[in-house]
Amino acid sequence: MPLFLALYNGGRSRMGQAMASVSSCMEALRDRGQCALIPFITAGDPNLETTAAALQVLDRSGADLIELGVPYSDPLADGPVIQAAATRALQQGTRLESVLEMLKTVSPQLQAPIVLFTYYNPILNRGFERFFQEIAAAGARGLVVPDLPLEEIEPLSKAATTAGIEVILLVAPTTPKERIALIAERSQGFIYLVSVTGVTGMRTQIESRVQELLTDLRSVTDKPIGVGFGISQPGQARQVMQWGADAVIVGSAFVKRLSEGTPQQGLQSIESFCRSLKTAILD
Amino acid sequence: MVFSPASSAALGLDPSSSQRPDALGRFGQFGGKYVPETLMPALSELEAAFYQYRNEPAFQQELDGLLRHYVGRATPLYFAERLTQHYARPDGSGAQIYLKREDLNHTGAHKINNALGQVLLAKRMGKRRIIAETGAGQHGVATATVCARFGLECIIYMGVHDMERQALNVFRMRLMGAEVRPVSAGTGTLKDATSEAIRDWVTNVETTHYILGSVAGPHPYPMLVRDFQAVIGRETRAQCLDTWGGLPDILLACVGGGSNAMGLFHEFVGEPSVRLIGIEAGGEGVDSEKHAATLTRGRVGVLHGAMSYLLQDDDGQVIEPHSISAGLDYPGVGPEHSYLKDAGRAEYYSITDQQALQAFQLLSRLEGIIPALETAHAIAYLDILCPQLSGSPRIVINCSGRGDKDMQTAAKLLNLGEA
Repeated sequence: MPLFLALYNGGRSRMGQAMASVSSCMEALRDRGQCALIPFITAGDPNLETTAAALQVLDRSGADLIELGVPYSDPLADGPVIQAAATRALQQGTRLESVLEMLKTVSPQLQAPIVLFTYYNPILNRGFERFFQEIAAAGARGLVVPDLPLEEIEPLSKAATTAGIEVILLVAPTTPKERIALIAERSQGFIYLVSVTGVTGMRTQIESRVQELLTDLRSVTDKPIGVGFGISQPGQARQVMQWGADAVIVGSAFVKRLSEGTPQQGLQSIESFCRSLKTAILD
Repeated sequence: MVFSPASSAALGLDPSSSQRPDALGRFGQFGGKYVPETLMPALSELEAAFYQYRNEPAFQQELDGLLRHYVGRATPLYFAERLTQHYARPDGSGAQIYLKREDLNHTGAHKINNALGQVLLAKRMGKRRIIAETGAGQHGVATATVCARFGLECIIYMGVHDMERQALNVFRMRLMGAEVRPVSAGTGTLKDATSEAIRDWVTNVETTHYILGSVAGPHPYPMLVRDFQAVIGRETRAQCLDTWGGLPDILLACVGGGSNAMGLFHEFVGEPSVRLIGIEAGGEGVDSEKHAATLTRGRVGVLHGAMSYLLQDDDGQVIEPHSISAGLDYPGVGPEHSYLKDAGRAEYYSITDQQALQAFQLLSRLEGIIPALETAHAIAYLDILCPQLSGSPRIVINCSGRGDKDMQTAAKLLNLGEA
């Protein structure tokens, strides 16, 4: 490929080139006036081979970034679907090391930047420097830690910066306005707006309050905003996009589809679901 | 372990300091708030309410009145004469053993001290829905009790395994109008019930107060629960002074999350002459995989919102603990205990299921007091402690709960003849 074409692709070309950072990917989409689609899947459910295949399926079916959940024994912020997926993955013997090995093999073939989702204890247990070096080496570009609020991020932020990992912080419906500004300032890549007062999982309706929260956030930051928790249908994704979200994050609905039937059926199911979500958020 | 003030000061460990935890909820490196963002404002609100009301005369008066007339405080400091004789040397000298009778509280354990304090806070904060986790069921019963007393909606999360071994307490909670929600995730014990209670709180935080039952969880809980339980130590100090005009020499208590131990210890942490000993559940032995001896075998980690010692595997996954006693069956421990351990201020040892069962029978036969299986762990340590002592030191054991709830479990394990 001629050099200028590779540059034009903004580093998003296939075959061995580093995938874009979370923030540059989000900026590029925003420049094109597009809302990003971010599917979430749990690593190791039903097994890591399927996870590897799923990452590739999602990458070519409209995912702009992909959130990859590392299974944890005590997932406090997760509802029943992702809890059950984590339990199955752990029963399969899925370990952080094997997740990263898998990711290292697959990530050079992906365009969508990978954002790891993991609880705090496995990070603490591994040691900050080692953890961030290893996930960066495996090809992750961002990190979400659902049980790590603003007050506790300092110890790991240096190691994250050194390794080039962007740490994405969460804002909840209960977060007061002045605190929203502080979180927005520290969040990297985008700001993760939790759309429900609750844990992850599918809801029949998206609270209209999300629209106000988006407005509140918008008034204190220029950074992109991703909305997640509770979005499970194309219509809901479209609604959130129309309210002004820069990204829509869909988790449990993917995890559920991927776990139903054989791995092959699961992969087919998430492929068509991913395309339908993408279509819904393209104007 | 020898406590060296110089090295501890360098580590920022000063157990005699009254400012514990610090403004961020830290006991040295332990504690903190590791929770989903949704809960952060609720924790701040709770902390503010606690600071506002704890020194308010009307609040104190209401709490003191209820502790006296409803709970039955002060609880006696009882001289266990026959237990003392049992451990006496041939010349008649030996440890003088006293029991702080928290088992005589309304609902049968120390748990009600905290449940009552928190429900008064919840009322003032305008929260009408109460949730709680429970292991042995004692905290669940205490919470159901105070909710009935104040007419509040009450939901108790309890592991399915614990519901089976503490069936009597499940019935008691339901009788008082609480809804008991079974938790089948993980091994269906206290850890899983706690996670589920936190998930409920994340979902209903605007209307709900979570009455956490131990000195664990995110700040301000370890401080708040400790301060509501500290009445145990305050009474003990006054009773010791009345009885022999001095301090106790040794305090002994069982530790799961650690609320009864912290309640007894807190008053004496700044008294260097008083030995503080916490006893963990050694299950089938701390060298087996089936135990709950967090401080003995754990590594520093984060569970349920706090940094503390934690039973975890090489990957940082939380290990399912094991203990004969549902109330000690927890893979974490309150952060202040981790702090007191590292500061060398308190000592922690473990007792196996078998040793606890023997002590359960010993106290029943010698004193006519049937202790909870949790409490039996503290009693059992006398077997190890007494032979190491010289002179006649005064030991106060926190008799944290009564054993009525454990009859089914004990009957299965002990052969006391045909019915």
